[in-house]
This record gives sequence, C-alpha cells and structure tokens, in this order.
Amino acid sequence: MDLSFIFVQIISGLTVATFLFLVASGLTLIFGVVDVFNFAHGSFYMLGAYLGYQIISYWHVNFWAALFLASIWVGILGMAMEFFFLRRIYGRAEEGGFQILLTYSFILIIDDVVKMIWGTEYKTIERPAGFSGSIKIGSAILPSYYLVIIIIGLLLVVLSWLILNHTRPGKIARASAIDREMLGILGVNVPLTMTTVFGIATALGGMSGILAAPLRSVTPGAGIEVIIDSLIVVVLGGMGNFWGAWVGALIIGEVNSFAVAYVPKWASLFNYLS
Amino acid sequence: MMKNILQLKNVRKSFDGFLAIDDVSFAVAEGELSAIIGPNGAGKSTLFNLITGYYEIDRGEITYAGINIKGRGTEAIVREGVGRSFQVSSIFQEETVLDNVRLARLAKENKTRNFRSPLEKFEETTESAYRILESLGLGNQAERYAYELAHGDQKLLDIGIALALEPRLLLLDEPTAGMSPEERIQTTHLIEKLWKEYDLTLIFIEHDMDLVFEIAQWIRVLHQGSLLAEGKPDEIRENADVIGAYLGEDHLWEGY
Amino acid sequence: MSLKRLNNRIFLAGIVVLLFLLPFMKVSEYVVILMNEIIVWGLFALAFNLLFGVSGMLSFGQALFYGFGAYVTGLMVIHFGAFWFIPSILIGMTAVIAISILLGLITIRLSGVYFTMLTLAFAQLGWEIVFKWYSFTGGDDGIQGIYPPDFLGTPKAYYYFSLILVLLSVWIIRKFVNSPYGLTLRCLRQNPIRVSFLGRKVKNYQLGVYVVSAIFSSLAGSLMAGINGSIHPGMLNWTTSGEVILMSVLGGIGQFFGPFLGGGVIVLIEDIIGAYTEYWSFIIGIIMLLIVLLFPKGVLGEFSKLRRRLKI
Repeated sequence: MDLSFIFVQIISGLTVATFLFLVASGLTLIFGVVDVFNFAHGSFYMLGAYLGYQIISYWHVNFWAALFLASIWVGILGMAMEFFFLRRIYGRAEEGGFQILLTYSFILIIDDVVKMIWGTEYKTIERPAGFSGSIKIGSAILPSYYLVIIIIGLLLVVLSWLILNHTRPGKIARASAIDREMLGILGVNVPLTMTTVFGIATALGGMSGILAAPLRSVTPGAGIEVIIDSLIVVVLGGMGNFWGAWVGALIIGEVNSFAVAYVPKWASLFNYLS
Repeated sequence: MMKNILQLKNVRKSFDGFLAIDDVSFAVAEGELSAIIGPNGAGKSTLFNLITGYYEIDRGEITYAGINIKGRGTEAIVREGVGRSFQVSSIFQEETVLDNVRLARLAKENKTRNFRSPLEKFEETTESAYRILESLGLGNQAERYAYELAHGDQKLLDIGIALALEPRLLLLDEPTAGMSPEERIQTTHLIEKLWKEYDLTLIFIEHDMDLVFEIAQWIRVLHQGSLLAEGKPDEIRENADVIGAYLGEDHLWEGY
Repeated sequence: MSLKRLNNRIFLAGIVVLLFLLPFMKVSEYVVILMNEIIVWGLFALAFNLLFGVSGMLSFGQALFYGFGAYVTGLMVIHFGAFWFIPSILIGMTAVIAISILLGLITIRLSGVYFTMLTLAFAQLGWEIVFKWYSFTGGDDGIQGIYPPDFLGTPKAYYYFSLILVLLSVWIIRKFVNSPYGLTLRCLRQNPIRVSFLGRKVKNYQLGVYVVSAIFSSLAGSLMAGINGSIHPGMLNWTTSGEVILMSVLGGIGQFFGPFLGGGVIVLIEDIIGAYTEYWSFIIGIIMLLIVLLFPKGVLGEFSKLRRRLKI
C-alpha cells in the first residue's frame, strides 16, 4: 500500500474525528457538569445540519454566516430543552432512568419534526466558496475542505483548553465535574451554569452537523447514528472526561476511516470492537 | 482473659491523600459492649467500613474470628457473622417492615435464591422475623411500609435488619442520631437489652457522652484518624489526653 | 386487605376468561390478530419490567433478545420447514440463556447510565449484523413466509396457542416476582449496598434476572414472528427497545400488570393513529415526555395512588 493512500486515509480519519469530537465533547461536558446523559445530543447535530441548510438555501448567506447562526440557534434550542424540561426532573428518585427516557423522547420528537419541516429527501449543502477543490500534498490529493475542518477542530481544541484552564467559567466546569457541591461553595448560580453548559454543548453538536453536511448528506435519523458513535467515543475516553473524548474521537475516526477503505461493508462494526 | 473476636493492627486508610485512619490498633474481646467516640470526621464510620470490608485497608491487618479479612469482600465478611447498621438508616423504603427483616432472615438462611415459592410459604422465617420486630418494639408496625415509619423507628428497623443476620459482632453506627432526648435514652437501654438477649459482641458509635458512659464497658476515643485513648468509662473520663483534646476545650463534641 | 386481594383475583380471572372468549364474540380476524399482538407485546414488556421496574436496571437493548427469538424461529422455519416452528421457540429460549449470560457478565459490571448504554451498544451491534449479513438474514428485506404448522394455521388457533404460552409465562414470572429471589431483586433496586451487607452478591442476582428477562423476550420474539409471518431487522433496532420501555413505563413500572396495559394502549394507538399519520414516533415521543414529566408512576400506578387516597 502506498504512502499517499495511507496519508489520505489518516487525513480523512481526522475529519471524522473532528465531527465526533464536537458532538462527544458536548456529550461528555453535559455529563460531567450537569450529570445528565443527553441521549438526544445527536439530534442537535442533525438539527444543526438542517438549520444550516435552511439558512443557506433560503436566505442565501454564505456558509460561514450560516455556520455561526445555526450553531447559536441550536444552542438556544438546547438551552430551552434544559430549561423547560430536564430541569423539572432533577433530583427525582430514580432520576437516571427518567433522564434517559426524557431525552429519548426528544430524539423521537426532533426526528419527526425535522421530517415534517424538511421532508425525508436528502439535503445537501455546498462546500464553502474557495474550498470546493482539492490540493496536492506530495503525491496525495486531498479535498481542501478536509483541511478546513481539521483546522477548525484544532482551533476549538485549543480554545477549549484556554477556556477550561484559564477562565472562571472553565474552572467552574472543571470543578463541578469533579465535585458538584463545589459549585455552591464557589458561590455559583447553579441553575444558570447548567443551562449555559447545555447551550454550549448543544451548539458544539450543531456546529458539527453543519460542518459535516457538505460531506455526508443530511437525512432524518442521522442523529441516532451520531449518538451511538459519540457514545462509543465518550465511553472510550471516560465519561465526563473532556480530553478523553478527544482521544476517543481520534481513535474511532481513524479506525473508521481505514475500515471504510478496506472492508466498507463491515466498517461500522469496528467501532463496537474498539 | 476473654478471647478477642476482632483485632486491628496498624490499620491505615487514606482517600486522595487525606489520611482518614492513621495507624489504629486495638482488640475487641468477645462479648464486649463497647463504644467508639470522637468528633465528626474522626474516622469512626470509616473504621466500620474497613472492618466490614466495604473499603479496603491500605496498610495493616484486620483479623475477625481468626480470619484475616483482607480482600474478602463485604458479602463474605457479613456471612462470617459481622452485622452493621448505618448512620443514615439503610432500609428498603418501599417494602413492608416485615419484608425488610424477612429478607435479612432469608439471606441468613440461604434462601434468597429460591425463585419459586411464595414468601408466605416460609412460615418459620416469618415467625423469626416477627420475633425480632417484637424485641425492637416494632411488632405492631410490621405491615406498614418502611417509608411510613417515624425517623426513630426507621433507625430501629435498620438495627433489626442487622440483627436478623444473627451476627456475632454487631456494629451500630450512631444508632440514636436524629432522635429526641427521650428516644435516645430508650434506644440506649434497648441496645443494652439486645446485647444481652442476643449474646453479642457490640460496638456502637455515639456522640452523646452521657449515654456512652451509661452502658459501655469499654470506650475507644478516635481523634483525627488515630486512637487517642481507650479504657473503662471511668478511666476515659479522667484521661488527661481526652480532657485536653475535647472535654476541656470548647465544645468540639456536638451533642455534649 | 384480603378482600382487596380477592377482588383483584376475581378481576384477573374475568380478564383471562374474556381473553379466551374473544374469538367467539363476533369479531373479525383482524381484531384477533391485533389482540394477539397486544398479548405478545405485553409479555415482552413484562419481561422488560422485570429488569427496570423490579430490579431498577434500565436496559436499552432488550430488542436484541426479542429479535434473536424471532430470527431463530424465522430461519429454522424457512430452512427446515413448518414442523420446526414449535421446537425453534424452545431452541431460541435455550440459546438466549448462553447469549445473555455472556453479555450480562460484561454489562452488569457497570451500573446506571453505563449499563443502559452498554446494553444499547450490544443490541445495535446485533442489529448491524442482521442488517448487513444479507445472505443469511435477508438483510433489510427480512424474511417472509414464516408459517406455523397447519394446526396453528388460522389466526384463531394461533391466538390460542400464544395466549396459553403468554399466560403460562405470566404465571411463572408472577411466581418469580413473589419469591424470595423477587424480594431480593426489589430490595436491590432500592438499596443495593444494604443487600451486599446481607451477605448477598448483588451482581449475581442482577445476572439472574437479566437472563430470565432475556428468555421471555426471546419467547415474545418467536411468537411475534408467527403472528406476522415475517421478520425484519427493525425488531432488533433500538426503537423496538424504546417502544417496549414506553409500554412498561406507560402502564406503570412497579405494577405487575402495567406492561400489559401499556402494551395494549400503544398497539391500539399505533393501529388507529397509524392509519392517519406517518409521524408515529412523534406521538410516541410526546406520550413518553408527558409520562416522565407528569405521571412517572404510569397509568396503573396513578390509579392505585388514587385508590389509596380514596381508600377503596
């Protein structure tokens, strides 16, 4: 097998890893800080893609504006879900089970709402202007959009590192992932923190959806595939562990990319094996 | 000289760098009624968790009835005859009072794996469960659900579950916590009665010094994870270390 | 107390008699088939409730065992003939013991959300295999033409066949729940630490109920294959697990017959509303949302709460 082929696979694995990381990091953040397993997190990924599609095709703004707007909208929807629904079952006996059921009901609802609004046909988003072609590195030919995604992913990793380690909200998030009682002691507005974390995490998921939309066609039900992959990532990296999610995403992304190249039919099975 | 049923040798346990139990050694004679006292955070409950194998010790050795309990697991240690109650009543809230104790009896009799016979079939088990409830004064509440009981009665039920296992060594973690003054006195005398009736070696954790001095034959004082002193109630009352550490100082004891 | 119990018994006996008489009332074949689906879904939900309602273990992967039963029956009938229909039910129930012990040893090491997610992952793995192994399982097309032997050839005959098996299962499961084992399971849901302080290994009992639940799920799957005469990979999909959870929660977890009520309601809603709208999962989602937020005890649970309050 020649080197350039392997190089291309590594790069395409990195793009998959970026999508996964954006979703999984939000999932793990919510789990760590709010102590909720947001089963519906993948649905926010799907919502992001659809909202992005809507914004671009109806209002004719460019890709980047749509990326920004749709992420924010998805974040607002996520906050609404936390504020109006999840908040009402915190602290209830056997809460864990009911949380899963509540967020599960959101998967079903969001899935069908998407079908009602956008139908079941495939929707596609064009790659952003200037990044629709390929570039040549050595003898390897790569879609330039792959590199855009990887760079955005790296930027977000660096940004998260800065926020988590050097800002007060970041410290709060880290502290509460270790010991939730600390939140109160630090004089933090706990409900507001939880809603905000939910917003940020779902916005990240939504962003992943739009970024992925030019590469994978958007369909209803995408949320379900994504949540299971991210779940594996999160479990691999340790629930609630932000950096673990990153490592997990890298592993799954690369495994996936090489499996697709060699044994396309059984590729998705490899995720379960790892 | 009586035989020792429990022996701790240089036991040490820390959590994330916090030394909860620091080099504690003592021996408990069979049939003894003793108390462990000390302020919150002295490591009293941790000690119970170590003796029952719920936590693993970092260093040292705990021997119960001649067996080194290291690595044995709570279930095995309980089956060897160590029973305990909990600081916060640990009961089965949604079951009846009777079923709480009946489950413990079934566990003792090795019948919990029976998946065919209805509970009513186990008449002897049920009777023995009733006897335990009677001795705790809970007989007339057997049909009620555990969550319906008053706080004090829940604490008693917790003890009842432990008693149903016919332990040789019974550890009671603050049996009177959260009770009214009268209830505390009653419960203290009840503990003494149970100790005699069931022929137990009994260790209890208690904050109320008057009650401790009233029934305990032997007292151990824990302070910041170490054994500060041990002896007969009179000796403890006059022990300079103990007085220096607590009794003389501001009221470090709650409830004293 | 005992009068209430007697009342309940009479009520249950009445329902059983009604179930037996149903085919003789002037109902169409369609209703018989629908009723057959209800009792089989009810059995599946009852088996799930053993895990969640009784033992507090929320599995999101029961569809795996259900689908397994269905595929064992489907494949055996297709390859070896209708004679194998009844043996295949037993073979499925036996084989699923081995599978559930194997999976249980892995999943039960974890608790809470982790347990739920691991069961989900395993079930999706199973679904993926069935979906992609076209040459053996028929992939997305599933398998059609699974006919039970001739004497069970009519909807009525098949209805009686499954009714007897379901009632037998209900009887066994009820005995199981009311046994010392069942009491241990209920108690370990409420307070697992105390159970280990009774000298009992919690995980052993959890594995036990996991296997029992799998056995009856497999039976429900096999029976369902015979009702429809066809099976499809969707039976192993997580939406199937979700549906059985909804039935159980709707009827009322912790209520023995709740799952049957929930199963009945969902199958009927699906049948009635399914004709008007394709947005079936939207409706399921809304029902689930309302129950979790407003009626966490489910229909039967709220009913018995009301009954206790009115002291009747």
